[in-house]
Amino acid sequence: MKLTVNGTEHEVDVEPEMPLLWVLRDELNIKGPKYGCGIAQCGACTVHVDGMAVRSCQLPVGDLEGDVTTIEGLGTPESLHAVQAAWVAHQVAQCGYCQSGQIMQAAALLDLNPEPSDAEIDAVMSGNLCRCGTYPRIRAAIHDAAQKMSEA
Amino acid sequence: MSRAGKIARRTFLIGSAAIAGGVAFGVYMAKKPIPNPLLDDLKDGEAAITPFVKIDAEGITLITPRADKGQGAYSIQAYLIAEELDIDPATATITPGMPGQAYYNASVLSEGVPFPAYQDGFVAETLRDFMSVPAKLFSIQMTGGSSTVPDGFDRMRMAGATARETLKEAAARRVGVARGDLRTENGAVILPDGTAIAYTNLAAEAAEIDPVTDVTLRPASAWRYLGKPDLPRLDMLRKCTGTEVYGIDMEFQDMLHASVRANPAVGTAGARVDAAAAEAMRGVEKILPVSNGVGVIANNTWRAFQAAEALQIEWSAPDYPGTSEGIFAALEQALGDPDSYDHRQRDEGDVDAALEAGDVIEARYRIPYLAHAPMEPMNAVVRVLDGQVEIWTGTQIPLFIRDRAATIAGVAPEAVKVYVLPMGGSFGHRLEMTHVEQAVELALAVPGRHLKLTWSREEDMSHDYPRPASVAAGRGKVEDGKVVAFDLSVSQSAMAPEWFGRLSGMSLPGPDATITTGSWDQPFDITNYRVTGYRAPSMVPVSSWRSVGASGNGFYHDSFLDELIHAAGADPLAERIRLCLHEPARKVLEAVGEMSGWDGPSIAEGRGRGVGFCMSFGVPCAQVIEVRQTEAGIRIDQVYVAVDVGEVLDPTNLEAQVFGGVIFGLGHAMNCALTYEDHAPLETNYHAYEGMRLYQAPQIEVRALSNGSRIRGVGEPGVPPAAPALANAIFAATGQRIRELPLNKHIDFV
Repeated sequence: MKLTVNGTEHEVDVEPEMPLLWVLRDELNIKGPKYGCGIAQCGACTVHVDGMAVRSCQLPVGDLEGDVTTIEGLGTPESLHAVQAAWVAHQVAQCGYCQSGQIMQAAALLDLNPEPSDAEIDAVMSGNLCRCGTYPRIRAAIHDAAQKMSEA
Repeated sequence: MSRAGKIARRTFLIGSAAIAGGVAFGVYMAKKPIPNPLLDDLKDGEAAITPFVKIDAEGITLITPRADKGQGAYSIQAYLIAEELDIDPATATITPGMPGQAYYNASVLSEGVPFPAYQDGFVAETLRDFMSVPAKLFSIQMTGGSSTVPDGFDRMRMAGATARETLKEAAARRVGVARGDLRTENGAVILPDGTAIAYTNLAAEAAEIDPVTDVTLRPASAWRYLGKPDLPRLDMLRKCTGTEVYGIDMEFQDMLHASVRANPAVGTAGARVDAAAAEAMRGVEKILPVSNGVGVIANNTWRAFQAAEALQIEWSAPDYPGTSEGIFAALEQALGDPDSYDHRQRDEGDVDAALEAGDVIEARYRIPYLAHAPMEPMNAVVRVLDGQVEIWTGTQIPLFIRDRAATIAGVAPEAVKVYVLPMGGSFGHRLEMTHVEQAVELALAVPGRHLKLTWSREEDMSHDYPRPASVAAGRGKVEDGKVVAFDLSVSQSAMAPEWFGRLSGMSLPGPDATITTGSWDQPFDITNYRVTGYRAPSMVPVSSWRSVGASGNGFYHDSFLDELIHAAGADPLAERIRLCLHEPARKVLEAVGEMSGWDGPSIAEGRGRGVGFCMSFGVPCAQVIEVRQTEAGIRIDQVYVAVDVGEVLDPTNLEAQVFGGVIFGLGHAMNCALTYEDHAPLETNYHAYEGMRLYQAPQIEVRALSNGSRIRGVGEPGVPPAAPALANAIFAATGQRIRELPLNKHIDFV
């Protein structure tokens, strides 16, 4: 079975019901997407499929249609995506484990809605759980990223 | 100056040693000053080499032995060293190093860490002493108790200063000038003519000379990093780009992946297992018993999870109550029962006489078991090869893990290497090591192979050692608008002895301080004031949960104080301030009053504010929470927090830790409980145990004061006041007094 992740095509030999998350992590060694709950309740595994935020723990790889982007494909330490730059500027991460998913979700949000209100941020981001309590800085960083992206 | 004297006495601890091609600073120089009952296997005079700074021709490495579970420990430890070493820590390699701190921490205890128990060094005396529990914990390399900053504040700066001065001495000898004529800047010694010699170029010579230990630490006014706003966390870029490597991300060639299912009645042996279906599944290599359960070894984590799910298992039942109802009945039975009496650390005035007659105000409270549920589930990679055991895991207790792995594998502790990795949260979960024991057991069955054990979320939540459930009863009295009697009794299973027994195999005699920590030790002066701890039987095995005893006792003490103040007709904030006998604590109460524009608990119809206070880990923290009643339920509008940790080293991270503490405290107080049926919690994943999500997160404003004398840690003290402040605010807004957590059993939230 073939899939394209961060612009690179891969061939994997797995059962079609294996969730995309575990294909990424254990078969392709792409470790940015995290395992948190396995039932789409925490969002730590969030990736983009053709630009849409998807919980990779709940997507059987056999049902995958489209190109996958993970946090590694969104930006790199040398070349940050605007959302990542805002996260660094606001010192959002504590343990950081949920932040790959938070950032992927926020990037997808800003792609569809370049100027989200607090209520819209709450609605879209509440599927991404953070146990450290970084929420106040997540809100601030999303507003900041939105502003920087509109200026760009 | 007394401070200079104290530091001078400490300098003997910091030395240097030659390492291959360079020098290590911070090496422990003296023999252990006191016998340490927990570490009898350390031989007298045995070298406990614990470098904090290593320099060779390749570069500078800073060793940050306190583990980072999200609280920023690696960063602050590196900044403490770098402040005196004159380097940019972003240019250094930062690593937790190999565990082996026991020696060194024991010495620091004798140097004035505020635990009196070890002064005589006799085991029995020590164990009998009420305060010795934390002392024992910190004499081994453990991360916890908000201790990283207080423990490292002088010591890690001393390591940096010793390294700096020794490097200057090496340069002085090379060029033939006095050390006093040299200065340092950005990783180099600067000669009088302005020539810079890089530290890396001086390392080999520095290793040959006696270290310079008569150094003076710089005053705060000279700091370049510490105390400055916008100090960047050194792991931030990695954590925002998916490039941080947590334990669960470790990858080795030919690595096997494992999962387990253990008895949900944690620690109970015995099961009937039918593995036929699981054995036939794709990718499954082995199915074998582990302690209290069954392990599956496969070639992919998901396949291991699937096969573990397919196991048919009948578990044995333990002999304690299997339901929350039965557990709370046992807790209630112990409350006030003389046979269950554990300790009474506070007994002022004559409480019995004061409560003998007149209007006695009574209230009963309870709190549930709570899971730690960090985002990264428990995991460990283990390889056993030729009598050597290697372990990669995120942990707060690397030395306990080393010793237990050695026992399981039948090798000497020196044959075990523990590589401590960044953690996706802990909140106390990684003070346990069941998952590592299981991983070692499984790895022994596949010698030479790396094996990664990952707990499913369900396994993680149902095999957590939760925050203890407990119950409390308050009795009190008011007169002339004042609180005059306060009597609180708390009943809980013993936590510290259970936990310490699991880790060390040693029993901890004496009382369990955690039953009343956060209530007996509050800085108030009430004429008749008493707090008593009762020890209920051991039931669900329990452990430390962010803020430990204060997580529940903060709720009990401050909720009941609020009830008495209300009964007295006094103002909740003013009466707390009047009763407060500790200047820094009074100042934080006054500060939240000012921040919130406090003018009483009522704001408007359906809106109210509550104050909450708890002093934990030596840190007074006051919070004012404003809520409103809406058609969808209670909404938290705003939280004001004032806290005093003494000197603030990293204002940005302090704010983050307080945000996190408040949200952790509120989320669990509002929404979370582990409910037991058939000896297992019903809540096994985040749909049933959310903590707080973003839509519920309030605005939070934080102010840090520095009136306290001793520097303190801030990872935990933000948690305890949140629950009572919210409950008190709900009372102010609705008139409903809620005495049981979680609050959503009694009221809806937006």
